[in-house]
Amino acid sequence: MIEIKNLHASIDGTPILNGINLKVNAGEVHAIMGPNGSGKSTLSSVLAGRDEYEVTAGEVSFFGEDLLDMEPEDRAAAGLFLAFQYPVEIPGVSNVNFLKSAINEIRKKKGLDAISAKEFLQMVKEKSKLVELDGKLANRSVNEGFSGGEKKRNEIFQMAMLEPKLSILDETDSGLDIDALRIVANGVNELKTEENASIVITHYQRLLDYIVPDFVHVLYKGKIVKTGGKELALELEEKGYDWIKEETGVSA
Amino acid sequence: MASEEELLEEITSSEYKYGFVTDIESDKAPKGLNEDIIRFISAKKNEPEWMLDYRLKAYRIWKKMIEPEWAHLKYPKPDFQDIHYYSAPKPKKQLDSLDEVDPEMLATFEKLGISLDEQKRLTGVAVDFVMDSVSVATSFKEKLGELGIIFCSFSEAVQEHPELVKQYLGTVVPTSDNFYAALNSAVFTDGSFCYIPKGVRCPMELSTYFRINEANTGQFERTLVIADEGSYVSYLEGCTAPMRDENQLHAAVVELVALNNAEIKYSTIQNWYPGSKEGKGGIYNFVTKRGLCLENSKISWTQVETGSAVTWKYPGCVLKGDNSVGEFYSVAVTANHQQADTGSKMLHIGKNTKSTIISKGISAGQSNNSYRGLVKINKNATNSRNFTQCDSLLMGNNCGAHTFPYIEISNKSSKVEHEATTSKIGEDQIFYCKQRGMDEETAINLIVNGYCKEVLNQLPMEFAVEAQKLLEISLEGSVG
Repeated sequence: MIEIKNLHASIDGTPILNGINLKVNAGEVHAIMGPNGSGKSTLSSVLAGRDEYEVTAGEVSFFGEDLLDMEPEDRAAAGLFLAFQYPVEIPGVSNVNFLKSAINEIRKKKGLDAISAKEFLQMVKEKSKLVELDGKLANRSVNEGFSGGEKKRNEIFQMAMLEPKLSILDETDSGLDIDALRIVANGVNELKTEENASIVITHYQRLLDYIVPDFVHVLYKGKIVKTGGKELALELEEKGYDWIKEETGVSA
Repeated sequence: MASEEELLEEITSSEYKYGFVTDIESDKAPKGLNEDIIRFISAKKNEPEWMLDYRLKAYRIWKKMIEPEWAHLKYPKPDFQDIHYYSAPKPKKQLDSLDEVDPEMLATFEKLGISLDEQKRLTGVAVDFVMDSVSVATSFKEKLGELGIIFCSFSEAVQEHPELVKQYLGTVVPTSDNFYAALNSAVFTDGSFCYIPKGVRCPMELSTYFRINEANTGQFERTLVIADEGSYVSYLEGCTAPMRDENQLHAAVVELVALNNAEIKYSTIQNWYPGSKEGKGGIYNFVTKRGLCLENSKISWTQVETGSAVTWKYPGCVLKGDNSVGEFYSVAVTANHQQADTGSKMLHIGKNTKSTIISKGISAGQSNNSYRGLVKINKNATNSRNFTQCDSLLMGNNCGAHTFPYIEISNKSSKVEHEATTSKIGEDQIFYCKQRGMDEETAINLIVNGYCKEVLNQLPMEFAVEAQKLLEISLEGSVG
């Protein structure tokens, strides 16, 4: 599905990613863990196409296409979804109106007609249940006045509505209490199929109790320094990140 | 990948979509302004003596006045002697149906997307269309007539309802109010007149479309709306003008009178030619709009302003009667080299009077957008309240937004709140929309519409749709 090769990226001339290699296939869940400042959020931003970041080397192919050459909206249309660490507020624009615009823009790119009001509302009703999102939230302005937990649930709700191929969850667990965490994780699990995949970026292991990854990668200083199964996450939780730094010999 | 700035530049510098000129032979006064010209206008319109006296008095006041300089606007001062003060399409016989209307004029309606027969059929809106200075088509008159509602051109009102015109003309905006109001009082050629009788609720939105059609013709509209005791009316005013190179002066006066327990809702879409991308040409729009509220009455102004090269406009309310309410909701968009100095005036005189001002400015390109508002609470206006919210949205790095609030309170029991924000259209918001699949243009439209929502919500349904379309056109570019 996605193949990242030797990806280097910098911001304002400071290198952040120093050669990432990662391959994700359909049906897989990959977790990316790492200490603060290791480049986790940079990776998600670069994949989504945020233009503050400059890609200095490497390539990313997404379903055989050159992802880095695509506009952010075309990446979205191709099936890439980013659940934001800090979801953005858009005052005066209702959640449903926002999603309808998004869905219809994507459909337009694919040469499809706009979604019918009936079909759309049915979908809203169905998908909002998935993340236990109050119907009222769907009609409120995008993320405006939402609690931290509501914002994150809203991200997953949007993900459910847009039905992406690859979902990147950027620290979706940060700032969530245990109930919200469970709801968010359940939503993600419900949406999992053999055709889609996710990359779950997190600092803590606890999210991975709910979303069980097939692979765990440790990002450190802009490189994936260790890859393992889900037990690697537990090991990290127990020992912290220091042993990785020592073991991998990357000087601190 | 085009940078955000380039895109914004493209989006905010798009061409005026409603630029076209209708060719109708006109009957115009020679250039310049003096008492003879005023007599010419008055004679042309067959006016009674009192009307001519009113004009001449206004002219004499105007001659002593100086064009105001205090607004945050820069433009070459118009040469008032270089303007034709009267111009009218040649009068034709009374029309019984649309079939008799000049096909070219019908084509103009079509281009504006407001063809009369469509309006008639679908929306039930009575349209009094002002083509330059003479009203050409008036519809639904009989239906309104049954309820005793008068909705006609100003000239007709002078002829048919002189007692009402005489009683109310100049009572809200006196001749000496300001330079442009005085000029208008001297030379206005036509406009609209509306009277709603006691206790009548006008069953349809009354709508007037203005169109400036002759090059070098200053247009001086005069509108007077009177809502008698306990009545209600919703009045729509919308305008587009053909593309022109020379500056065109527009100095309208709108007076609203809400008698006891009456309510007037006055909505405007203003889309006059804003000038070229380089800042050449465009309409100068110097408008005086004011409403007078008597006891328990309410006047609500809603405006969406996207046009004109220079705008100078402060719709306001004189809250004279106890418990009266004044509202002002505004979206003002400036792009390219447009300049706007606009806001509202709320004058609290009666007790328990309430006013609300919601102003949303959007500046793009090299434009300048200023909010200027006055909230004045007189000594006897006990328990009066005002809430003002004044937001500015900047697109790009070369535009300006300014706020000049004036607050004068002479009564201790009253309460005035003023909130103001200035923000740049967020790159984060745009990126968020793009990540969900929207292109930049859709994203900006969505964000801008959201930002204006409080104001757009105040517009009648069909007008709101048009306003949204207009916002899109104003901020649209060749992104693709």
